[in-house]
Amino acid sequence: MNLTLDRKAAVLFALVAVLYIGTGFVQSWNTALSILNMGLISAIMALGVNIQWGYAGLFNVGVMGFTALGGLAAVLVASDPVEGAWSATGGWQILLALLMGGATIAAAITLWGKLQGHKLRGVIVASVLIVGFFVFRAVFDPAVATVEAINPALTGNIGGLGLPIILAWPVGGVLAAGAAWIIGKTALGLRSDYLAIATLGVAEIIIYILKNEDWLARGVKNVIGLPRPVPYEVDLQANATFVDAMQNFGADPVTASSITVKLSYAILFSVVLIALIWLTQRALNSPWGRMIRAIRDNETSAAAMGKNVTARHLQIFILGSAVCGLAGAMMTTLDSQLVPSTYQPLRFTFLIWVMVIVGGSGNNLGAVLGGFLIWWLWIQVEPLGLLLLQGITAGMAEGWLKAHLMDAAAHMRLLTMGLILLLVLRFSPRGLLPER
Amino acid sequence: MDFLNAIIALLNFVIVPATAYGAQLALGALGVTLIYGILRFSNFAHGDTMAFGTMITILATWGLQSLGVTAGPLPTALIALPLGIAATAALAVGTDKLVYRFYRQTKAKPVIFVIASIGVMFVMNGIVRFVIGVGDQNFADGTRFLISARDFREVTGLDEGLAIRTTQAITVAVAILAVVALFWFLNKTRTGKSMRAFSDNEDLALLSGINPERVVFITWLIVAALATTAGVLYGLDKSFKPFTYFQLLLPIFAAAIVGGLGNPLGAILGGFLIAYSEIAVTYAFRKVVGYLGPEGWSPEGMLQLLSTDYKFAVSFTILLIVLLFKPTGIMKGKSV
Repeated sequence: MNLTLDRKAAVLFALVAVLYIGTGFVQSWNTALSILNMGLISAIMALGVNIQWGYAGLFNVGVMGFTALGGLAAVLVASDPVEGAWSATGGWQILLALLMGGATIAAAITLWGKLQGHKLRGVIVASVLIVGFFVFRAVFDPAVATVEAINPALTGNIGGLGLPIILAWPVGGVLAAGAAWIIGKTALGLRSDYLAIATLGVAEIIIYILKNEDWLARGVKNVIGLPRPVPYEVDLQANATFVDAMQNFGADPVTASSITVKLSYAILFSVVLIALIWLTQRALNSPWGRMIRAIRDNETSAAAMGKNVTARHLQIFILGSAVCGLAGAMMTTLDSQLVPSTYQPLRFTFLIWVMVIVGGSGNNLGAVLGGFLIWWLWIQVEPLGLLLLQGITAGMAEGWLKAHLMDAAAHMRLLTMGLILLLVLRFSPRGLLPER
Repeated sequence: MDFLNAIIALLNFVIVPATAYGAQLALGALGVTLIYGILRFSNFAHGDTMAFGTMITILATWGLQSLGVTAGPLPTALIALPLGIAATAALAVGTDKLVYRFYRQTKAKPVIFVIASIGVMFVMNGIVRFVIGVGDQNFADGTRFLISARDFREVTGLDEGLAIRTTQAITVAVAILAVVALFWFLNKTRTGKSMRAFSDNEDLALLSGINPERVVFITWLIVAALATTAGVLYGLDKSFKPFTYFQLLLPIFAAAIVGGLGNPLGAILGGFLIAYSEIAVTYAFRKVVGYLGPEGWSPEGMLQLLSTDYKFAVSFTILLIVLLFKPTGIMKGKSV
């Protein structure tokens, strides 16, 4: 049984490899590598969702939020420090305000527990929250104004630490894990579709915060030009050794430089992906993994065996979200910029879900396969759709309808993804590579 | 102290817009809650169902306008609405036959239905973008204002104007009609009673000879009508943009859950609660408080609790509070 499944996996991975290599031959190696890089990141995100859904049956549709937090980590770790932002009335005061806000909420929660049965419990807790909110705003608002006034055209935010961007990857994971802890603490006790709505909402709020809190990561003014972990194309082209080597090889130095950069990214990402696959496989096949699956398959009996279901769910939720945050930091590294308005739930949450369902929930390799396959399709459906519509409209007279259809080709991808999800869910509900 | 002007300012900027928005949310939440009650899953495709119905209505409106047919002072879209409802009903029933029925027959877990509805959401979203594009469409015509701010000022002699747009008045009127019709149907007709029975206790309903497929069929018809009406009213009041409709999913779900999933009365209550809090928390009360204070005095700052960009956060916070402290909602809903 295992052997046939391994063979099936090998065949399917080979087929996906053919898709990518075919792209290299038909279109260009630059395109193929671009798709591959995002494919690697998508595979990591799918792995994160698979940890939550496949191992534990947690329905998280807030992937976008965790991804964006990873992106925020990249900005906070790697962008250049802003001079004067961390003054006593600026950055530190913001931090103080945030701590006070957190303390207010913590106090409210403690009071709520302490005052059990007290007549005025609601009133007291509400007044603590209201007073805390106004104090928070009184400290927070002037500090934000101070920070945002510093050279607003270029910075106007608290800036970063100026550290190598690779360090941002684990930090992105930690940031996402922290958010997941808060969400998990409040929402994991709810039933599956309530958890879904809760995570959907939190993800939207994270994006709104990124868009509107200019002091944090410049909001919709975007952060561009983040440092890279790999060399720049222009530097390679200016490097005599590189140009000579490429010319001896018979390659055009300009194309070769951009391929080298993309390959370097691909290698970095592959290392992370392989490490994660190894870790998740080990975890899944350990006693811990068996316990998690036992909980998923029958919560009541697992609880009767003395397993702490809530604690395990929280753990899984944090782990999966951390993986998504890591992938988000990697994505921002690849793009070298953080553009909050590009985060859309269809692309960053639901597409990842299509990957996991199509690939095979509960199977790490399946999720990775789904990541590569669906990402390739997501990119290629557009040119393929255009080709298809060109075929359909070839006989049509030039006019309004033809122009409209050609414009609409861009929207083929949503339709295709939905159809793929529905077909797989209907006819092969366990995905391409089912759980063993 | 200037009470009258303060009240008018409050009416103009908070109460009137929030009432219209609340009516739209309530209609949307009614659709979500009916599906939850009868089919027992949270329909993620609801926002896109609204978008689809609105799109058909817009196309029909354009068709009518090009034929020279208008509704006079009322928006033409009201004439086109039945066509939009019919098309959406056909789509909803077709989707049920193609997608959801299979999972009903295999008695799949609710979460599988939700994932299927995500697939449906993708497809519907794709169709809408394919046909009408992603841009903003403004399709309101007819008289713009029922009462314009200037007329109001001239008639009453107050400093503050009160404007009520035709679309706002229509929204509330249509919503009341739709809700009355729905409740009459659910409480007085045989089919409506069988739907409620099915929602209360499926096994018992089946034993008493209620045909489940018929109940589901009728449910989709009603949901399509509610979703299209909600979508068209929202589009008339603001404007139509596919992505906005997708985002409406969050306040609509919040309204349905806050009111108690599966409870129609709760959905209406939830819709208005969410709408009033969203607008009240993000409105700058400077003007209103200024009127209430002594002559010539004006408060420092905007007196705005949160910037308007966070209005979704407001609905979400209310949702979270209700989920934590009263998971079945204000009016008792169900949890599967």
